[in-house]
Amino acid sequence: MEKPTLENVLAELQQHFGSNILAVEQDYDFHTVHISKQHIVTMLRYLYDHDTFRFQYLTTACGLHYPDAERPFGMMYQVHSLTTNLRLRFKAFTTASDLEFDTLTTVFPAANWMEREAFDFFGFHFKGHPNLKRILNVEDMDYHPLRKEYPIEDATRYDKDDTLFGRRPAGYDRKRLQP
Amino acid sequence: MSDSTVQVAEAPPGVEGAGFFATSLDSLVGLARANSLWPLPFATSCCGIEFMSTMASHYDIGRFGAERLSFSARQADVLMVMGTIAKKMAPVLRQVYEQMAEPRWVLSVGACASSGGIFDTYSVLQGIDHIIPVDVYVPGCPPRPEQIIDGVLNIQKLVGEESLRRRNSPEYKQLLASYGIE
Repeated sequence: MEKPTLENVLAELQQHFGSNILAVEQDYDFHTVHISKQHIVTMLRYLYDHDTFRFQYLTTACGLHYPDAERPFGMMYQVHSLTTNLRLRFKAFTTASDLEFDTLTTVFPAANWMEREAFDFFGFHFKGHPNLKRILNVEDMDYHPLRKEYPIEDATRYDKDDTLFGRRPAGYDRKRLQP
Repeated sequence: MSDSTVQVAEAPPGVEGAGFFATSLDSLVGLARANSLWPLPFATSCCGIEFMSTMASHYDIGRFGAERLSFSARQADVLMVMGTIAKKMAPVLRQVYEQMAEPRWVLSVGACASSGGIFDTYSVLQGIDHIIPVDVYVPGCPPRPEQIIDGVLNIQKLVGEESLRRRNSPEYKQLLASYGIE
């Protein structure tokens, strides 16, 4: 059989999941398939079990936050087929009121730590995850630092006047700068 | 050995006579301590690389009596903190400091250990003096070995001049208490 191409994969996905695929984007030679979050596991499981495509390697997965978008929060998954050397990216977006995703650990054990990271930094919950707790930040941290509503800078600094750096953040309080 | 360039430490002020030399215990102990410091390197990033070269033959920290690194905190005199300390690392550093026996000194090497450096971010401790008392700060990103040696020399100066009773003083106890260290 001829070596399968990404076009074959996309055509097959289109045929099997048709209406569940919201959009297909292409950045250079990398394709991104936008889906809704309840189809992540079934779609990646299908590609994993497929006889010829065999997308059996989860390169990476991470959380996303675009604060101005209509559906600001999302997960991104990148899969790789080691037999056909094809790569594909999936994105699923959701609203702030519904931050629960199905865990992908049932398909890829490697998703365990990646989902813990997404929980740690964005506060997403993964239904069925075996050990959903913080992985990189200190255990007693009380917020999810990569959400855009939180400042990236350390909150314990009082010696830095933002106006000297040409910026005045939202919620700027001159009093905070006093020791 | 007349062409030897080895210099011995200067004797402390005292009274000298035939067959005897009298001085205060403070200065004698200070002299001994200052010239045989056992550093404990706590190297977490690039400043640690500079320390390796400080330790190696070219810069040779052994010239100052500090070549015996103590990788056990319990036997160390100086804690040399070199590198970025993440907030998750802070309790570890603090535990290492608490394990050291008195008298103990802390040398904070580089911008990150001293102030957080360029890492003004939610995950990085903004200077180790938030969790442990620091005696000498070495600026630089990273500092050159000469600067680290200068920091060690400044520690030696502190050690040599320290009173034997300092660690029992109320000021010192208050300092430790302000960090919540017993």
